[in-house]
Amino acid sequence: MNSDQRVAEGQSPNSFRSKPRLGETLIRGFLFVCGALSIAITIGIVYELGTESFLFFQDERVTIVDFLTTTVWQPQVGGFGIWPLVLGTLYIAVVAMVVAVPMGLATAIYLSEYASERVRGFFKPVLEVLVGIPTVVYGFFALTFMTPLLRSVFGSNVVGFFNVLSAGIVVGILIVPLISSLAEDSLRAVPDSLRQAAYALGASKMEVSTRVVVPAALSGIAAGVVVAMSRAVGETMVVTLAAGAAARNFTFGEDSLFGYILNPFQGAQAMTGYVAITASGDIAYNTIDYNSIFAIGLTLFFMTLGLNSLSRRFVSRFRQKYE
Amino acid sequence: MTVTAPERESGQRDGQFPTEDEYQGQLGRRTRRASWFQAACLLALVIAVLALATLLYTIINDSFGLVAIVNQNDPEDIVAGLGHDPEVFTIADLSYDEMVDLLEANVSSGVGRRLEREQRFYEHRLVFEDEGTWTEICASDAPPTGCTAGPRDQANLAALVQERVVMPDVIASYQLVPSLLRPEEFEREVEQGFAAGRFTDHTLDQVEIEWRAWFNPTFLVTPQNSTPEVAGIRTAILGSAWLVLITVLFAVPVGVGAAIYLVEYAKQSRMNDFIQTNINNLAGVPSIIYGMLGLAIFVRVLEPFTSGAIFTEGVPPSEDGRTIIAAGLTLGLLTLPVVIISAQEALKAVPDSLRHAGLALGATRWQTVRSQIIPVALPGILTGTILAVARAIGETAPLILVGAASFITTDPTGPFSKFTALPIQIFQWTSYPQQEFHNIAAAASVALLVLLLTLNAVAVILRNRYSRRAE
Repeated sequence: MNSDQRVAEGQSPNSFRSKPRLGETLIRGFLFVCGALSIAITIGIVYELGTESFLFFQDERVTIVDFLTTTVWQPQVGGFGIWPLVLGTLYIAVVAMVVAVPMGLATAIYLSEYASERVRGFFKPVLEVLVGIPTVVYGFFALTFMTPLLRSVFGSNVVGFFNVLSAGIVVGILIVPLISSLAEDSLRAVPDSLRQAAYALGASKMEVSTRVVVPAALSGIAAGVVVAMSRAVGETMVVTLAAGAAARNFTFGEDSLFGYILNPFQGAQAMTGYVAITASGDIAYNTIDYNSIFAIGLTLFFMTLGLNSLSRRFVSRFRQKYE
Repeated sequence: MTVTAPERESGQRDGQFPTEDEYQGQLGRRTRRASWFQAACLLALVIAVLALATLLYTIINDSFGLVAIVNQNDPEDIVAGLGHDPEVFTIADLSYDEMVDLLEANVSSGVGRRLEREQRFYEHRLVFEDEGTWTEICASDAPPTGCTAGPRDQANLAALVQERVVMPDVIASYQLVPSLLRPEEFEREVEQGFAAGRFTDHTLDQVEIEWRAWFNPTFLVTPQNSTPEVAGIRTAILGSAWLVLITVLFAVPVGVGAAIYLVEYAKQSRMNDFIQTNINNLAGVPSIIYGMLGLAIFVRVLEPFTSGAIFTEGVPPSEDGRTIIAAGLTLGLLTLPVVIISAQEALKAVPDSLRHAGLALGATRWQTVRSQIIPVALPGILTGTILAVARAIGETAPLILVGAASFITTDPTGPFSKFTALPIQIFQWTSYPQQEFHNIAAAASVALLVLLLTLNAVAVILRNRYSRRAE
């Protein structure tokens, strides 16, 4: 007796439970594979960077200790200390943050607290355009506008053709929209009741912004800043074009700290810059150069991963507070 | 228990409110500080916009301007010599036969034969080679490309005439704004250059000062060349188009599929949380690391596939894996997290009532998703995809890693050919020191930005139409 007959006879059907269908299962399986592919990509990245780095450290010219402790990067003559490249990367990122954090934060405060809907409607798309411009165009801008500008301001005998300052400022411009949009989102998420309470106590608009809204949105803002830092560390094209192709090798104690090691007017190759320059052209497999870019890539991967996880921790703290 | 009053600042009398004057003074200070603060915030915003304006200005400034040019053969004389009016007629307007005649008259037979072996001029007639040698070299073990490829087209031939007959040499170039404001200064600079002996190859009377738009229609359809005066971005545009095609074919189905799984199917479980976190992490990985992944996996490990060797008998289409398909898949991996995240946003915005209604009518989950959810979420998914593709077009670092060659003069023929792309050209030309290369780098940037702004505008229009309908 099938269920239709049972219904016709006034009996309840034996089961309305959905039957397993082959098509549904296949589609579900396919969709799961799509989702799981992202895990495969991560495993691929870690595996490839890991094995090639392992080969790099297997080479008799390289030891992990030297890699992590010495301060000369000259692969041609066996100098394999990563610090000059890390110095280049971090220095450029710090200059970029010095430019981008105040600008991005002030922009966000203006857009969220002061601007009328019309003003916002004009400036938001402009900032979005800034995000959409490819980084190689920013590199062109750094080399043909920012560097000549700095050279004419500070003197071309002081400022080198390739220099940290130009690269840092342009990377800063590139990440301003990132900071401002993330910070604006968290400023706008602060409940209006806080603002109204402060106004009721007689606070001025500035006091409301800086002492109530910004502190309340602080973890969201911090998340944006950290994401921007990670972006600056991983940025490649501006750094390759404007900061030069020579690692700034140094010796602590011998080289003057501000005259040479931290001189913003001279070039300093960054990690990404080294990878891009070394890999351009037909790089031969299983050479020390080939393996070295993976060791540097692995270091870069962990740096950005650390920054991104930190940022997510800030975000979840922010969410707990207001959601 | 006693409460001590907080200590008051000097100037305020204990136990009294501030006087009217003090109060007004303090209020004035606070108001002034507040307006300074507002001005500073506005200033930051204006600076950010100015930075964008300056960037566009720099690019436009280098894309147009005066040049001091020396032509081996003056194009106006050539056109006039063929009986056309040089006022309205340019080299590009000449007929195909006239251009071939010009080449025949101006290049040596050795160069002519080399050009013909590269790509022939007519389907059924040889210009420089004779029939006997041609059949012989085409039957040899390594026949030149001219034996199999079709004949040249008009744009290709016009570029060849420019390169081989007109042979322009830009000895100095001036930016747009000074060219408009102080054109006479450029002439003076060129004269001074000659007086100082900087241009030894030419004499002053050979030089013509003329207006040049580096970004022009010919630039878009001319293949890459090692001399900036006759170089174009045709090969780069075609390369970028192929890359986008492969990126979209890979990233969109997989990305949307993953988003559907995570939003519609996945239950709260450790595995699914892990996938979600992982996708967020991947979105933050620098693009150069995807380039390394592409180099290690697609170029190296999968070389038999990416060089096309497993699809053809005998000689593979490319001698190694540094091909369009390898680069396109790399960009696909790079775009994937962005596509997934934006598609997830679009799917989450679909109201639950639609899901419930579909399921309540007895539709299976997939039927609900396919005919109820996806149509509603489609504009959002499309917007996110367009933005992701726009990002992929501008990516340079991963392409450098997977070995985009910067000097490719022939059009890509398929997914297994060597390629160059727009951002790679900009990178390469920017890294040369000569001003003319910066001019064409700027012109290529204009082309790239026009393309990206168009895509962004399409995305914004889509989004606006969609959000208006949802209201």
